[in-house]
Amino acid sequence: MPRPFTPKVVAANALIEGDAVWLTADDDWTRDITKAELVEDEAHAALRMLFADSQADKVVGPYLADARPGPTGPAPAHFREAYRVSGPSVLAAPKEHEL
Amino acid sequence: MYDYNDFDRDFVARRVAQFRAQVARRIDGSLTEEEFRPLRLMNGLYLQLHAYMLRVAIPYGTLNSAQMRQLAMIAERWDRGYGHFTTRQNIQFNWPRLVDVPDILDALAEVGLHAIQTSGNTIRNVTADPFAGAAADEIADPRPVAELIRQWSTDHPEFQFLPRKFKIAVTGSPADRAVTAAHDIGLRIIERDGARHYQVLIGGGLGRAPMIGKVLHEALPEADLLPYLEAVVGTWNLLGRRDNKYKARIKITVHEQGIDRIRTLVQEEFERIRPDFPGFDRQILAQIEHHFAPPRFARKSVVAYEAARAADPVFRAWADTNLTEHRDPDHAIVTVSLKKHGAIPGDATAAQMRLLADLAKAHGHDELRITQSQNVVLPHVHKADLPAIHAVLRGAGLATANIGLASDIIACPGLDYCALATARSIPVAQGIARAIEALKIEHEVGALEIKISGCINACGHHHVGHIGILGLERGGVETYQVTLGGDAGPDAALGDRTGPGFAYDQIVPAIERLILAYLDLRAHAEERFVDAYRRLGADPFKAALYGAAEKADAA
Ligand code: HEM
Ligand code: SF4
Repeated sequence: MPRPFTPKVVAANALIEGDAVWLTADDDWTRDITKAELVEDEAHAALRMLFADSQADKVVGPYLADARPGPTGPAPAHFREAYRVSGPSVLAAPKEHEL
Repeated sequence: MYDYNDFDRDFVARRVAQFRAQVARRIDGSLTEEEFRPLRLMNGLYLQLHAYMLRVAIPYGTLNSAQMRQLAMIAERWDRGYGHFTTRQNIQFNWPRLVDVPDILDALAEVGLHAIQTSGNTIRNVTADPFAGAAADEIADPRPVAELIRQWSTDHPEFQFLPRKFKIAVTGSPADRAVTAAHDIGLRIIERDGARHYQVLIGGGLGRAPMIGKVLHEALPEADLLPYLEAVVGTWNLLGRRDNKYKARIKITVHEQGIDRIRTLVQEEFERIRPDFPGFDRQILAQIEHHFAPPRFARKSVVAYEAARAADPVFRAWADTNLTEHRDPDHAIVTVSLKKHGAIPGDATAAQMRLLADLAKAHGHDELRITQSQNVVLPHVHKADLPAIHAVLRGAGLATANIGLASDIIACPGLDYCALATARSIPVAQGIARAIEALKIEHEVGALEIKISGCINACGHHHVGHIGILGLERGGVETYQVTLGGDAGPDAALGDRTGPGFAYDQIVPAIERLILAYLDLRAHAEERFVDAYRRLGADPFKAALYGAAEKADAA
């Protein structure tokens, strides 16, 4: 029996800044994972990845990351993705363009 | 130190112009990421979890003050005001924007630095003893030969698409501060019959399937070095497993074929190509050696130094811990700790870089070095200048007296930055350093090397730490495996795994127990942690980690 599909978000890095970004339901990229589209079935995930792969002028290396529904939107299911959401857990100054 | 000639300058300038065009074509969509990725990696540009990362080569770890100042400028202008010095004597910038990277590379080229061959399946930045040309225990300065190898391997047409990355380290001292036994090729300068030779080690490497290098040639005559190296790399280039990247490193080739067979093949290849090296390489080496002539050491009284030692216990503690014996008795080698308790190992702010550049200019013959343990060295300081230097360092949080001690920890970027990581390593290093500081036992404990990696790739050299820590994922959480008894020096050894791993919030207390147990177990105050481990074996240390009492109760 195939394994049940667990919900996902499409994650990537922004082409210019390298920032962690996620795909929204209206085909945009957000730096706020709670605004991302939570993909709940496998066929739809494949379609969204197809779209993401066509966005090479905006993002690098799109992939499906496990996520779960949170109170305000999708939340990372794995600690690796959680660090992508939070940034380094150790002191680091903000990027210049974020100041 | 070595200055670029016109050929070097043209080559680097052309590479930057090329890369500028490639970045523009990536951004306008004419290059896909698949096409662009190998091009950016050839120029040291990685993509990490939160941003790009630019790795800049610092050949054999040597910088002058202008170069250090330029690194500070880059950190401030295009990054977040700091850089990370690595165990391979490089610096990594963690936050550059793709569009800015060509400008950064131009700024590096202005001071003779670049990021070429800091990634990819090429011969990487050649590393050397950070005390080169200064250490009292040195047989010969390893930098000229490291520079020769850099020139030979940079853009070498045959070696741009090797089976895998290839790393070379050179030491000119029997103390081996360059970790030569953990490199694809390790060269140790030795004296035989009054002439300079090299002991050649190959097949060292950590990561998956860690191995200590094996001796390929006991005493290679100096004149044969370049053809012999070319024979080694050429032999591996043909035999190396291109079918499986986990089996491609030369350590696996040596393991599969046996060192004796490799020696025979290398010797055959060497004899075949030897006539192609009629001595031009030797002329170049002779020219290079001029660039590394020792500075003119000042002659002045060391009374101020002796007086400061006697009067100021803080200065004395720092001098006892952070100075190394110089070839000139009135001078000292200063290692500046980037490991203030709780700081991120290897990180330096732009202000700290500038301050170090100023000190090198004022008191250090304009020379700086980056060490394999992620610290910065002023290699030639007159002892009379030490009190002034110490005072300046103190004002900048750079005077921590912990070189070679428990808080002088090597840590890779781990899951705070690295896309390959399975767990964090920086906060574990910070936690251990803070715990040691709180206990006030660091100087009592003495020499202890703790090394931490955030995944199996072992960039933090954990296998050769007296205490090694490897961060893994187990069951959806960060877990830390401990190895004991590793050694990164001339008698390099891999540590032994102790047993099950520790959770993130358990690893710091476990290491603390281990260190406290050692204080009880050691025969006398001079017996180092690693020596006590070798004498007693793993059991008493495992008991400290896992709790002997519980086991005994259960039995
Ligand atoms: C953050 C970006 C980094 C990435 C993606 C990366 C990747 C890797 C990989 C994949 C390997 C294993 C190579 C193999 O086994 O064939 C490796 C080895 C190594 N890395 Fe890194 N690394 C990074 C940062 C660093 C840093 C910051 C240091 C120094 C502190 C470092 C030092 C080393 C060393 C010394 C090895 C050699 C281990 C060996 O002997 O195989 N790396 N790296
Ligand atoms: S050891 Fe792993 S986590 Fe650490 S820098 Fe290397 S690849 Fe990244």
